[in-house]
Amino acid sequence: MTRHWEHFSHQADVGIRGYGGTVGEAFQAAAEGMTAVVTDPGSVNPEFTIPITCHAADPELLLAAFLNAVIYEMATRNALFSRFSVTIEGASLHGEAAGESVDPARHHPAVEVKGATYTALKVAREGDGWVAQCVVDV
Amino acid sequence: MDLKHLEPMSDYVWRLPPTGPMRVPGILFADVELIRDMDDKVREQLAGVAALPGIQTAAYAMPDAHWGYGFPIGGVAAFDPEEGVISGGGVGFDISCGVRTLTTGLTVDDIRPVANALAAALARTVPAGVGSRGHIVLDHAEMDAMLRGGARWAVEQGYGRADDLARTEEHGCMAGADPGAVSDRAKRRQEAEMGTLGSGNHYLEVQAVAEIFDPEAASAYGLKAGDVVVSIHCGSRGLGHQIGTEFLKEMVEQAPAHGLALPDRELASAPIRSELGQRYLGAMRAGINCALANRQIITELVRGAFARVVPQADLALLYDVSHNTCKEETHTVDGEEKRLFVHRKGATRAYGPGHGAIPEVFRTVGQPVLIGGTMGTASYILAGTGHGMEVAFGSACHGAGRRMSRTQARKRWRGRELVDGLAGRGIIIHAPSMRGVAEEAPDAYKDVTQVVDASDHAGLARKVARLRPLACVKG
Repeated sequence: MTRHWEHFSHQADVGIRGYGGTVGEAFQAAAEGMTAVVTDPGSVNPEFTIPITCHAADPELLLAAFLNAVIYEMATRNALFSRFSVTIEGASLHGEAAGESVDPARHHPAVEVKGATYTALKVAREGDGWVAQCVVDV
Repeated sequence: MDLKHLEPMSDYVWRLPPTGPMRVPGILFADVELIRDMDDKVREQLAGVAALPGIQTAAYAMPDAHWGYGFPIGGVAAFDPEEGVISGGGVGFDISCGVRTLTTGLTVDDIRPVANALAAALARTVPAGVGSRGHIVLDHAEMDAMLRGGARWAVEQGYGRADDLARTEEHGCMAGADPGAVSDRAKRRQEAEMGTLGSGNHYLEVQAVAEIFDPEAASAYGLKAGDVVVSIHCGSRGLGHQIGTEFLKEMVEQAPAHGLALPDRELASAPIRSELGQRYLGAMRAGINCALANRQIITELVRGAFARVVPQADLALLYDVSHNTCKEETHTVDGEEKRLFVHRKGATRAYGPGHGAIPEVFRTVGQPVLIGGTMGTASYILAGTGHGMEVAFGSACHGAGRRMSRTQARKRWRGRELVDGLAGRGIIIHAPSMRGVAEEAPDAYKDVTQVVDASDHAGLARKVARLRPLACVKG
């Protein structure tokens, strides 16, 4: 399965769904989909790279923890990220996010993401790959 | 929502009978059309809330209820202090998001010649949108003082007037806040966000009083037709979001140790008496103070912008209400007064006449209930009722409530066309993102008038005044 993302409808907020050949790829795609809630990921240049590390009891909580770690970096660095790498070992995730500072004139950011929720939270096999999804609060 | 699951109690009250693990029924306040338009997820979530330990009387859905996370947005649930739980999802990520409305001492005729200049001054003065930064940066000690003091702290720092505090829930300072229970990451996330509006459905709006429904209450609130008011809708910014994120995870992880069999982990909760429950209460109350301080700072920024454009303006706070909270309150259950922990997620406290928490100047008419609509339709001011105290722990709706997702809205509308269309109707919009405007299109929301009428007919709160937008600074 090639890596890609889509949004699914939630009345108040936005559902993000990432697909990939591995769990890690599905996580990367979900993070790209989360950036797409704010702006076109194609408009975000990978000017700097930061490490992302998190831990959780199971793959679904790990997805929420990963997205929340990215949200924290977006908020505190006033940044957007468009490229992600993810390695999952058991209950731990190590990865990187590449992006740049928010430029309102170029990114036209629609809305900030407040947090990744446990609503519609799912990490599961689908076809020959994996799907990773949840609703993010905006 | 399929009506077959519900028993009609009246034209505006519906009962979801307890089944399976539900400990109490669900009660929905809405007309039949609003009920039909509600997602079935609202019923599922209400049933999940009704299954939580220690819940009292019923799990409630307000007329603007829609699919939330764990609790429906527009959900109210009260819990016994000994046996009950507190839920991070039942409060939400944007802790104490709320609305405050200020009277201006101006009329529509005063504003008309300067409306464009005023809207531009407000947009320049109040940081709004993704990536905007506030002008106030707090060090560690100042942050903790803010989290303890709320709007009272802000007034002490020169942001506002002492009489603002009497017109704010909790007199501007939520007791029991514990800055020590708030993580360094949450504080770090707030460092540059004091006095910022945020984004999404947050706004700052100049409004005209278009219609008065209850002259006595309107007079007590200082409102008459043709007056200009200003409303501010925002919350606890990054600090609240981070508190919500961290405690949701911890509540899920500790649920088995607490013996909580959650029907869905989005209902993440902790026993109120547990160490985690108490720690969350301390952090959540600090989040409430952050939101109160934030709206207080923005109030002073708004006053400054008005002073530069219309020096004769006198901006006085009418009232400040919070939508996403859990508060310890006294209510009557089975004929006896009882202390309860009342969650309101996307719902407004609406205390009835005579309640001691209401400022004396309008105590006889009930608490002002400030309902934010959309930038193209209307907002409303209601008054809490005695009936609402009896049937919904003194709660009412909080806004129009979305009927369409952001994704759908973005596909249907273009921001620039919406802004131009609203300009043609005399409504000035300042927004940092046209895509954001499209996602907030007025027609992406339910009809706020229908929601408010349902609240009025159900007796939760009674209509006092309708406000129409003149100028809106979108977040």
